[in-house]
Amino acid sequence: MFRGICMHNKAFTGDIEYLQIIDENGVADQSLFPKDISDATIAEMYKKMLFSRMLDAKILSLQRQGRAVTYAPLIGEEATQIGSAMAMRKDDIFVPSFRQHGVYYARGYPLDLLLLYWKGFEDGAKAPSGLAMLPVIVPVSTQMPHAAGIAFAQRYKNRDVAVVAYVGDGGTSEGDFYESLNFAGVWKAPLVIVIENNQWAISMPRSKQSAAQTLAQKAIAAGIDAIQVDGNDVVAVYEATKTAIEHAREGPTVIECVTYRMSMHTTADDPTKYRSDAELEIWKKRDPLARINAYLAAKGLWNADMQKKAVDEYTSAIDSAVEKAETFRPDPKSIFEHVYSYMPETLKEEMDEAVSANFWER
Amino acid sequence: MQTNMVGALNNALELVMKENEDVVLLGEDIGKDGGVFRVTEGLIDKFGEKRVVDTPLAESGIIGTAIGMALSGLHPIPEIQFAGFMFLGFGQLVNHASRYRSRTRSAFPVPMVVRTPVSGGIRTLEHHAESPEVYYSHIGGLIVVEPSTPYDAKGLLIKAVHMQDPVVFLEPTKLYRLFKQEVPDEAYEVPIGKANRVREGSELSIITYGTMVPIVKDVVEKNGYDADIIDLRTINPLDEGMIIESAKKTGRVAIVHEASKSFGAGAEIAARIAEKALYELEAPIERVASCSFPYPFPGYENFYIPNVKKIAEALERLKNA
Repeated sequence: MFRGICMHNKAFTGDIEYLQIIDENGVADQSLFPKDISDATIAEMYKKMLFSRMLDAKILSLQRQGRAVTYAPLIGEEATQIGSAMAMRKDDIFVPSFRQHGVYYARGYPLDLLLLYWKGFEDGAKAPSGLAMLPVIVPVSTQMPHAAGIAFAQRYKNRDVAVVAYVGDGGTSEGDFYESLNFAGVWKAPLVIVIENNQWAISMPRSKQSAAQTLAQKAIAAGIDAIQVDGNDVVAVYEATKTAIEHAREGPTVIECVTYRMSMHTTADDPTKYRSDAELEIWKKRDPLARINAYLAAKGLWNADMQKKAVDEYTSAIDSAVEKAETFRPDPKSIFEHVYSYMPETLKEEMDEAVSANFWER
Repeated sequence: MQTNMVGALNNALELVMKENEDVVLLGEDIGKDGGVFRVTEGLIDKFGEKRVVDTPLAESGIIGTAIGMALSGLHPIPEIQFAGFMFLGFGQLVNHASRYRSRTRSAFPVPMVVRTPVSGGIRTLEHHAESPEVYYSHIGGLIVVEPSTPYDAKGLLIKAVHMQDPVVFLEPTKLYRLFKQEVPDEAYEVPIGKANRVREGSELSIITYGTMVPIVKDVVEKNGYDADIIDLRTINPLDEGMIIESAKKTGRVAIVHEASKSFGAGAEIAARIAEKALYELEAPIERVASCSFPYPFPGYENFYIPNVKKIAEALERLKNA
């Protein structure tokens, strides 16, 4: 399906196709450039990446001020997130792990709710109806079997819907990852697995995570199509995801996006303990925003004024979402009210005790 | 030395590794990173990558391979990064670690110590604050230990490594750095299966463990109760002797734990007291615990975990009943 090459024929060589369309200098390979992508779409991708980076910086700063809980920054991974999110159709279902804030944003998740989640309230995970997505899933790779099951259900209900599930490089070591690949392969389920390979699982570098040459090739054993893309090239990610979604009726695809975690694992982590600045410098040159900025600028489609205007606009959108999220006041009774579909007597007794004690007057 | 629980555990690991070259640590980020709570800090420099093994990200794999190591003459100490992630290795613990010994009539013991941080109160993300002691205690075959002080943490960990059993070693994150204590420099054991009478009294018996121990002590001291405080230290097997003896002495028993109330350790303790000391009780047993549902997001955790006021009210009821 990728460039007409059937991956099954390549299974015995372990050879995985690699796709890059716009290089780190912002130069596009015209022979690979998708004909159906307009400059306006690329500008939109850039804006969404910029917004994601700004949102990320804001949540990080809230965390540092004690206004958000432990947070997993996305900086460096914007192209992987925005490229794949923009390739999804409205009804395609997004299955996250815990770092895909850019995908949430691009899929239309209300920003104040996103912020509320990262302020530590379940209320932020109450997705408005009509948004096809799951809540953040923290235990690594445990969302992957859900994704395969959701894909099964789409087929069962005859829906033309693909499931796009995200997992990290570390996540591909979990049993749940391999099991979901195998199920999806057997079922030929409409599942697109985006491996957001950011090179580091907390302190474990990619090289120590797996002896496999690529993470994409893990799909081959499950009889699944796979491709590796430059995860910092938003157009390549978009194209690969779009192609996989178009072919989702025929079965699953694995897309390994080779990107880089430019910051810490979470705000509780200190990467200086285990990784070199020199490595970070190499990846800064491959920044996903810089190359699209250069691409658009070279075509006269982006300039410093537009950048400033966008930054101002996004700053105010993010600030007002923060403001809205911070008006939230938790109702402690709500933690009792959503445990079951009904209120058992024994739980009601515990709730009544807590209410009458005013929740122990914290 | 004066040290907190992290320092005491780190020191215990160093001592058992020096003492027994078959002791191997394995887990996620335990090498250069020193573990996410820094319990294994510096050990990779002292003992090398051969004995401090940074593993791929796979909890079932960590516990399962540790079982294999234990069956082959090593004494592995796997670390699971957070309690909520240990459930991915639950099958290996329930189906294998707990029963290799009994199903082979002791031909295949599984000597290993699975360490994991537990419990909440420090505003962590989801699945980072569970109190899972009862899951592991219910199986039988797994020893379940949970220290509340640096001294006990060091002695219990050393004792656990000296045993030929699978030990689930639970470390309350809230107590990791809460306070320092004088801890002997050399190796020593704290017995497993023996509770610690933290305070001697005749009016009330308070049975507790883990994060609740310092809070209970605080409430008792502030309110001047003449209370026996029993820190279980080992959840399974229970030190039933001390529990029953205290219950008979005071006739008024409260059980305090952070794990949720329903089907918690308090239920087991209350049932044993009912079996062996019911006629000596002066009042109904009080159970003070977190609410009976999954651990909430950090924004709500203070409404979930018992606090000073909730414990004090229960003790007042118990005293006046």
